[in-house]
Amino acid sequence: MNTVIRNGRIIDPANNRDEIADLLIVDGRFAALSQLSTLNSQPTELDASNLIVCPGLIDLHVHLREPGFGWKETIESGARAAAAGGFTTIVCMPNTSPVADSPSTIAWIKDRAAEVACVNVLPTGAISKGLMGEELAPIGSLAQAGVVAITDDGRCIQNNELMRRAVEYARMVGVPVFDHCQDYNLVGNGVVHEGYWSTLLGLPGWPSAGEEAIVMRNVLLAELCDHDIHCQHISAAGSVRILREAQARGVKISGEVCPHHIALTDEAIQNFDTNCKMNPPLRTKEDVAALLEGIADGTLGILASDHAPHARFEKEVEFDAAPFGIVGLETELGLFLDLLVHQNKTIGLSRLIEMFTVNPARLLQSEAGTLSQGRAADVTLIDPALEWTFDANASESMSRNTPFNGRKLRGRAVRTIVAGKTAWAL
Amino acid sequence: MTDPAKSALRWQRKDLLGIRELSAEEITFILDTADAFKEVGTREIKKVPALRGKTLVNFFVEPSTRTRTSFEIAAIRLSADVINIAASSSSLTKGETLKDTAKILEANHADIIVLRHGSSGAPQFLAERLSSSIINAGDGAHEHPTQALLDLYTIRERKSSVAGLHVAIVGDILFSRVARSNIFGLLKLGARVTLVGPSTLVPREFEKLGVAVSHDINEVLPTADVVNLLRIQHERQRKEYFPGIGEYIRLFGLTKDRAKLLKPDCLIMHPGPINRGVEIDSELADGAQSVILDQVTNGLAIRMAVLYLCGGIATP
Repeated sequence: MNTVIRNGRIIDPANNRDEIADLLIVDGRFAALSQLSTLNSQPTELDASNLIVCPGLIDLHVHLREPGFGWKETIESGARAAAAGGFTTIVCMPNTSPVADSPSTIAWIKDRAAEVACVNVLPTGAISKGLMGEELAPIGSLAQAGVVAITDDGRCIQNNELMRRAVEYARMVGVPVFDHCQDYNLVGNGVVHEGYWSTLLGLPGWPSAGEEAIVMRNVLLAELCDHDIHCQHISAAGSVRILREAQARGVKISGEVCPHHIALTDEAIQNFDTNCKMNPPLRTKEDVAALLEGIADGTLGILASDHAPHARFEKEVEFDAAPFGIVGLETELGLFLDLLVHQNKTIGLSRLIEMFTVNPARLLQSEAGTLSQGRAADVTLIDPALEWTFDANASESMSRNTPFNGRKLRGRAVRTIVAGKTAWAL
Repeated sequence: MTDPAKSALRWQRKDLLGIRELSAEEITFILDTADAFKEVGTREIKKVPALRGKTLVNFFVEPSTRTRTSFEIAAIRLSADVINIAASSSSLTKGETLKDTAKILEANHADIIVLRHGSSGAPQFLAERLSSSIINAGDGAHEHPTQALLDLYTIRERKSSVAGLHVAIVGDILFSRVARSNIFGLLKLGARVTLVGPSTLVPREFEKLGVAVSHDINEVLPTADVVNLLRIQHERQRKEYFPGIGEYIRLFGLTKDRAKLLKPDCLIMHPGPINRGVEIDSELADGAQSVILDQVTNGLAIRMAVLYLCGGIATP
C-alpha cells in the first residue's frame, strides 16, 4: 500500500530540507513524487497541513525489560509507548535477565521484536560479562549478532584498563561504546544530587564529580583508542564543559540529554517522591542552564529518554530502597519541544529534529534518520503547537513511574509511521 | 511560660514527621504542653487516662533502646496499650514491604505508630498512606523531632528562653538526624547555631541552612551558651571521613582543658549514648554543667505531649 502525505512542513536535516511539500511512500520506502503518476493504484492520502513531517524519531536509550522483567515492560508494550511518543526506532539496553551479553540473547530480542514490536528495536550488547565490570563480553560475536552498540548501562566499568580494551575491541568490530558515567567510589550509596536538598533532607548525596570523573576518563580513552564513546544521560555542568573541550580537539566523544534533567531540579525530591529518583540524579538549576547551553552549541547532540519502567510496588517503597529511573518515551518529545523550542528558545525545530534523527543515526551508522528516497519510510508527524496534558494512566507503557503525570505540554507526535505503515496515530 | 489551654493555637497535626514543617508557635505549644506532663512525672501516681483505649505501636526498623523505651514509658503513662515491633521480628526481613507491614498494623487498629527507620522520608511515606498517627522516632539522617524538642525544652528550662542563645553542635553533623532537627528548631526559636566538626562531617553546604560552620572548636566554645555533643561513630562506615578517634579527640573532643574555655553557665548536652572520653571527657559528662540526664527525663514529658497532641487528632 502506498501513501502520500500532503502539505506538511517537511523537515529533513540530513538533506537540508525545510519546506512545505508532499512526501510519497511506495512499498514502504520513500519515493520521488514524480512516481505518483505511474502508480497502479491511488495512494492513501494523509493531510499534514500545519504538521511537521520528519524522519522517524530515534531514541538511543530505552529499557525494554525483556527478557526477564516482563512485569515492568515488554518489548511489545515498550515499542507501543515508543510509537505513541513519535519514535520509529529505539535502542534497548542490555541490563535484562539474562544480561544481553551473548549472541543468543541478542537473537532472542531481535526475534521477539520482529514478532511483536510496532517500531524498529535495535539491541545493544553488554561491554562486560554479566555487567560485572570484570571480563569482556564477546563483543565481536555480539556485533555479528547485530548489536548497534555496546554498553554496561545502569552500571559503569570502574577498571580503566578493561574499559580501554573494550573501546579498542569495539573499534575493531565497528560498534560505538555507550557509557553510563558513574564513579562508584565518589558516588557511594548516593541517591540524590549532593547539594542543598541532600543536606536538608539527610539523603545520601551523588556528587556531580562522580559523573564528571568518568566523562573525563572517557575523553582520555576515546582519544587513546581513536574511537567513539557516547556518554549517556549527561546531568552535570562540568561534564558539558569537559565534552565541549574534547570535541573542540576532535575527540570522538558525544553526549546525550534526557528530558527530566532539564525539566526538573533536585528541588523536586523534597517530598521524597521516588518518581524523582533517577540515576544520574536531578541536579541544580545551574546544571540545567549548562545542559541547555550544551544543547544550544551542539556539545550535547542527542536527545534520549532513558525510559526506565518500574512497577508501582517497586517504586512505592522508602526513597533509599526504590529503584532508579522513570518512564519517558511518551513525554520526551513534548517536554523537549516545550522546553527547548517553545519556552527557552534554546534551539529551533530543525535542530531538535536533527538531535532526534540524523545525529543518533550517524552514531549508530544507521540508514535511518532521513527522508532520502529509497530508505525505509519511517516518518513522524508532529503538531508542534498542540497543547495536551499527559495522563500516565492512559500510557501505552506497562509502568507508571513518572513525575510528569498531569503535566501540561506543548507539542506532540500525532502519527508514527514505520516502514510505510501507521504504527500509532492520535 | 504560657498555659497551652489558653493558647490561641489549636493542634491540628495527626503526625509528627519533622521540625522543619512546624512553626515556632507549634514548637512552643508542644513545649508548653510538655510542662504539664512533666508535672505528672513528679506525682506518686504517674499515670493519666489521656490515651486510654488507644493502641500505640513502637515500630523500630532500626535498633534503638533509649528512644523506644522513652516512647514506651510515655505511652504507658498516658494509659495507651503498647506493642513493640523490632525489625528483626517483623515481616520486613521476610521481604514484605514497609507499606504492607504498615497496612497490617493499621488493619490491627493501631492508633499511633512510632517509627524509627534507617531511610530518610520513611515516616512521611507512611503518613501519606495511613490514617494512623505517625510519629517519627528518627529517619535516616533526616529528622529526629522528639530529640530536638526535648533538647529545646531542656535549654528553655535552664535558660528560660531559646531566643538569642548561641548553640554549638559538635560532631558528625552530616549523618545526624539529631543535628538537622536541632538546627531547624533552634533557628525557628531564634537561637544562633554554629556547627563544629571535621570538614568531611560538617560540609560548608550546611551554611545554606542559616547556620555557621567552624572547624575550630576552641574558637567557638567561649561564646557558646549551649554545647550539644553528638555521638561520633568510627566503627561503621566513617573510615573515609576522619582518620581516627585519637585525632578526633585532639581536634574536637570536649576535654577538661577545653572545658575551661566555656562560660561557667554554658550547658553541656548529649543525645546519647555517650562515648566517654571521645566526644566528651567522662567527668565533664557527669559534671555541674552537664544536663544530659535532664534531657532523658524531659524526653518523657516531650513524648507524652507529642503522643497526646497527635494521638488526639488521629481518628482511624
